[in-house]
Amino acid sequence: MTSVISLRHVGMEFPALQGLGSVRALEDVSLDFRENEFVVALGASGCGKTTLLNVIAGFLSPTSGEVLHKGTPVGGPGKDRGVVFQKHALLPWLDVVENTEFGLKLQGVGSGERRARARENLALVGLSDFEHYPIYQLSGGMQQRVGLARALTCDPDMLLMDEPLGALDAFTRENMQELILDVWRKTRKVVFFITHSVEEALFMATRLVVMSPRPGRITHEYDLDFCNQFFESGNARKVKSSSDFIKIREEILSIIYGEEVGEQPP
Amino acid sequence: MNLGIFSQRTPRAVDQYGAPGKGNSTAISAVTIVLILGSWWLVTQLELIRPLFLPSPEMVISKFNKIACTEYYVEKLLTAVGARAEVEAECHGFSEHTLHEHILWSLYRVFSSFFLAVVTAVPIGLAMGMSRLARGVFDPPIEFYRPIPPLAYLPLTIIWFGIGESGKLFLIYLACFAPIAINARAGVRSVSMEQIHAAYSMGGSRRQVVRQVVLKAALPEILTGMRVAIAFGWTTLVAAEMVAAKAGIGVMVLNAARFLATDIVFLGIVVIGAVAFVFDLLMRRIELALVPWKGKV
Repeated sequence: MTSVISLRHVGMEFPALQGLGSVRALEDVSLDFRENEFVVALGASGCGKTTLLNVIAGFLSPTSGEVLHKGTPVGGPGKDRGVVFQKHALLPWLDVVENTEFGLKLQGVGSGERRARARENLALVGLSDFEHYPIYQLSGGMQQRVGLARALTCDPDMLLMDEPLGALDAFTRENMQELILDVWRKTRKVVFFITHSVEEALFMATRLVVMSPRPGRITHEYDLDFCNQFFESGNARKVKSSSDFIKIREEILSIIYGEEVGEQPP
Repeated sequence: MNLGIFSQRTPRAVDQYGAPGKGNSTAISAVTIVLILGSWWLVTQLELIRPLFLPSPEMVISKFNKIACTEYYVEKLLTAVGARAEVEAECHGFSEHTLHEHILWSLYRVFSSFFLAVVTAVPIGLAMGMSRLARGVFDPPIEFYRPIPPLAYLPLTIIWFGIGESGKLFLIYLACFAPIAINARAGVRSVSMEQIHAAYSMGGSRRQVVRQVVLKAALPEILTGMRVAIAFGWTTLVAAEMVAAKAGIGVMVLNAARFLATDIVFLGIVVIGAVAFVFDLLMRRIELALVPWKGKV
């Protein structure tokens, strides 16, 4: 399968706060994002997940290695990689549909076409009835859905999601997981999704990348299938309570907690 | 009525327990205003203070009618509709101008200076927020002159611009400039990094990000700066009109003080207060219409 985005030996160093030496946020990260993949990065705080996402998005330039988009080096942010942020980052002076079509407006798409495409994507995230609501009157979950629709409206090759569900309550969060999977199945974008919830990671990923801090690096990779089981059965609770799911969840938890008490990863 | 600062009584069902300063204060303010006006009237009625120091409300109102030429204009209106044969009342005003001429002159000075300040200070403030170069260039002069009282550089504006209108406008302009520039600069900081990143990742150019994201996000603070600036403008007006102005509310007050016409001084103060208050109400309406999201995100 062809890679949409490839990372080749990416390293990222930040100057330390006290001015002595530097902090290695990422070390020798190589990763390929192939068509139709849902890649989830999981790890404790400070393991470089967000740095990795910012490097792929083009908000940061890696200090070593390179990021390739279909073979060409990435030189900055671009409309081929859409981003959904932890805090919605919507524009409060625009209503829901104006926020959704904002990217197409920046690209100079005519008002009729961009409104039509924004409406399609609002329907996809279930917000058709809220087109003209001001965004500050929406709940946190709905704001994230507008953020998702906005990113989709630019029709990127890849969606980057930086803990998009981190600020939501548990019930909304589970609903949003199913909604995002549904959107992914319909649009077939490559997704890179960051979380620090093990259960969320296992449920959603086709490929799970476990990261570890100091220096930030990838320690484990798993190919998973739970999201397809969910598509078949339509029952998220059944998937999450299956013995396979629990077994791998415990395995990953022991990796993460093992690191915290100072054991070396295998 | 509970006048305590921190309520320790059992709260009513809808109240937050212990919330400082809760409740509507409009009724209390109305009582305060009635008490002030009432004691003013009572003290002058009982002749406890000589009118030179404290003129009675009636005196101020009759001075208002005289300077505003109320009778003259009423008769003119009646003549125009044919209810009266001719205008008999005379109109002298004060300092050779009627009250509305004084007000219009002052409005002209304050608002033309304010307008000039808005069109220059907003771009400069935004540039200071967005560019290291602009911040480095404009920060020292603005921070230097900002705390200096306008009266201190009034002589300088006379030496530079003479005693015509331009010196007066310049003085008020300087008073309005700093608060607008400083607020516009601070406004740039109210845009979040995520909003900027989002725009870039959807294919926005730098120019588009500045105009469609940063500028819009800074708008609430720019409007706050304008509110502060117009108040500074009114404060500086009297100083600006101290030198060789023929008409204006400030001139009216200063001339009246020279003749110990305390009632006219009172009238001038009330008029300035009223005009400034009306404009502030207007600005709040504009704020509500332009930036309804303010404080909600």
